[in-house]
Amino acid sequence: MTFTKATVSALALIAASATTAAARDQVQIAGSSTVLPYASIVAEAFGENFDFPTPVVESGGSSAGLKRFCEGVGENTIDIANASRKIRDGEIEACAAAGVTDIIEVRIGYDGIVFASQQSGPAFNEFTPSQWYLALAAQIPGEDGALADNPNTNWTDVDAALPDAPILAFIPGTKHGTREVFEEKVILQGCEDTGAMERMMAAGMDEDATEEACMSIRADGRSVDIDGDYTETLARIESDANGVGVFGLSFYENNTDKLKVATMGGVVPTTESIASGEYPVSRPLYFYIKKAHIAAIPGLKEFAEFFVSDDISGPEGPLAEYGLVSDPELADTQAVVSDETTMQ
Amino acid sequence: MTDATAEHVPSGAGQGSLLAKDARTAKRNAAETRFKTYGLIAVCIGIAMLILLMTSILSNGLSAFRQTTIQVMVELPEDKLDKSGVRDPEVMAKVTTFGYKPLLRDSLIATVATAGIETDLDPKDLEALVSDESVAQLRDFVLANPEVIGQTIPVQVLANGRIDGFFKGRVTYESAALDNNVSPEQLQLAEALKEAGLLRTGFNWGFLTLPDGSDTRPEAAGLGVAILGSLYMMLIVLALALPIGVAASIYLEEFAPQNRWTDLIEVNISNLAAVPSIVFGILGLAIFINFAGLPQSAPIVGGLVLTLMTLPTIIIATRAALKAVPPSIRDAALGLGASKMQSVFHHVLPLAMPGILTGTIIGLAQALGETAPLLLIGMVAFVREYPSGPPEGLFDPATALPVQVFNWTQRSDPAFVERASGAIIVLLVFLLLMNLTAIFLRRRFERRW
Repeated sequence: MTFTKATVSALALIAASATTAAARDQVQIAGSSTVLPYASIVAEAFGENFDFPTPVVESGGSSAGLKRFCEGVGENTIDIANASRKIRDGEIEACAAAGVTDIIEVRIGYDGIVFASQQSGPAFNEFTPSQWYLALAAQIPGEDGALADNPNTNWTDVDAALPDAPILAFIPGTKHGTREVFEEKVILQGCEDTGAMERMMAAGMDEDATEEACMSIRADGRSVDIDGDYTETLARIESDANGVGVFGLSFYENNTDKLKVATMGGVVPTTESIASGEYPVSRPLYFYIKKAHIAAIPGLKEFAEFFVSDDISGPEGPLAEYGLVSDPELADTQAVVSDETTMQ
Repeated sequence: MTDATAEHVPSGAGQGSLLAKDARTAKRNAAETRFKTYGLIAVCIGIAMLILLMTSILSNGLSAFRQTTIQVMVELPEDKLDKSGVRDPEVMAKVTTFGYKPLLRDSLIATVATAGIETDLDPKDLEALVSDESVAQLRDFVLANPEVIGQTIPVQVLANGRIDGFFKGRVTYESAALDNNVSPEQLQLAEALKEAGLLRTGFNWGFLTLPDGSDTRPEAAGLGVAILGSLYMMLIVLALALPIGVAASIYLEEFAPQNRWTDLIEVNISNLAAVPSIVFGILGLAIFINFAGLPQSAPIVGGLVLTLMTLPTIIIATRAALKAVPPSIRDAALGLGASKMQSVFHHVLPLAMPGILTGTIIGLAQALGETAPLLLIGMVAFVREYPSGPPEGLFDPATALPVQVFNWTQRSDPAFVERASGAIIVLLVFLLLMNLTAIFLRRRFERRW
């Protein structure tokens, strides 16, 4: 019977090749979708200029990447996890439990988070954290510190200087690392600046409850969580001129013909103002290397060194051109990679 | 009593004539007309949606099949590219793309000057007219043909995505004025280059053959690796799912006794056919990667996962095809002294083959369009290396066509919107071909009793 033969031979072929599968010769990377473009730019340049194959870069988010990173040591686990936040203690423990003990932490630079709106929409040119807090908080304390539902429906309710447009903000969903930064550096800051925090504390709330009250975002449709990518945020803004969206700096840089950016606290977001720390809303980007893999996977160390080299991650390199804020302390990072210094 | 009944019978049916419709007939006819209209409306809505979808995909995506290139006379000085003069590719490889970049820039400036085009763009802006990829292509070309060193050769380089977009109508002078990545002056220069015959837009073979490009090089991003990856996975699915599925169906349909166990199996197969495909991805990660130790991002794992996903579809289609073969065929074979197995393989199976193949192709087409199960096994990735030929290539990293669409829609450069729509067109063409084959097989070989 021809197809019985075909089945048997196909199965035999696959079984035979499975046993002879060669050792992995390319670097495997997974993690943050914010780091993904940078990692793929570096991977591409690495593949062009070195004898090693181009690394494979997956996205999936910081948490998912670190989870896979901590699955264990071996060829069928990833070598590098990209993260748009620092690795958490719980994740280090999970790693250790699976035998991943020596982890090298590499900070590649900073990512700026910008507030932008449709090019031809209302003139959202200047924002402060206080305005965002007053516009988006779920509940705002009154003079006596008692929480009441946020009454603001128009940006002019928040501040007369803002354009006359209904509040409509597109912010990253809770699964994004960007959301955390947005809440801490904008909303919480605004809560402090407006004195709302003080009033809540004075009314007898403890610190945790106050922070939680500060950072809870209204759910009446004026603030929309975007769980997809910045491309989705852009599409939403293009269809509604009154919308204001939260973007990564590199995304904005690639779409300046459609978006106009607003200052935060009077500072224009640029790679320079973020590097100097003047622009407040930014976060460091990292990748984590399994030290145990450096000996086993050819090209892993060379890739990491190439990634943090001045040619790539420096202020004149292709990553900075794409929107990465290069790390002023890049030399320290280069030393960490070449010495294979693990985390303590 | 009898009178009453006699009066009743004609009063219901006999009063009306066939030509004049009574109230009930008119009502039934109206109901039928209404139902036909509903059906027609439903079909129209469907067609309208299809037209809307196709128009949006085609209008966005057709331009991906055209690509702007610039012809540059590149000078390749020996002192920069091969100081030793021995033309040893290994030594020459030490000159990285960073070393080739100034060469291309100077050559571009010279080309523009030779063509007699006046421009006050600074070298950096001028360089931005061509893709970053062109430097890498130039280096590969020189390493492959060391004899060109020392000469000045004409090279077709890819234009930058924004310049390419200008000739496709995506970028205009107005948008360029606002855009940080391209200026109206650059567009003017590009137009002048076109008039000088140095810049042309032609069919984009690279879109079908090149591997994926990073976020800064939309113009160089192609479907090569994705098409290969999809092809490998389809081969695996075909080689595994068809024999296993057909064998299982023949056993269940022709040989298995009807009892609780076979009922249970039947329910489970129908159930599996409806399981969300991501579940198979989780299974694949647990079994094939974590337990069996197969590599990540490899078509072999993708193929195995898709095989599991396609099996129920193939089994259900095959069983239906076997059931459709009339019992008289089996009885005749058995009556002439054929064994059960002979009757199945010599008579029933050949007659059921068109149905089986149709089911298989539809199952394959479904597998071709799946992204979700590939997400967890590492195939939703940026892969630039072509997998080698089978069978080793089955273990190399690759992506798949729908994955490429998914990846490109997430990129920030607007040029990737065009690429993503172009990839959808390629995927649709493949699906169309597969479904046409299925229809052809059915029409050509199907027998009715």
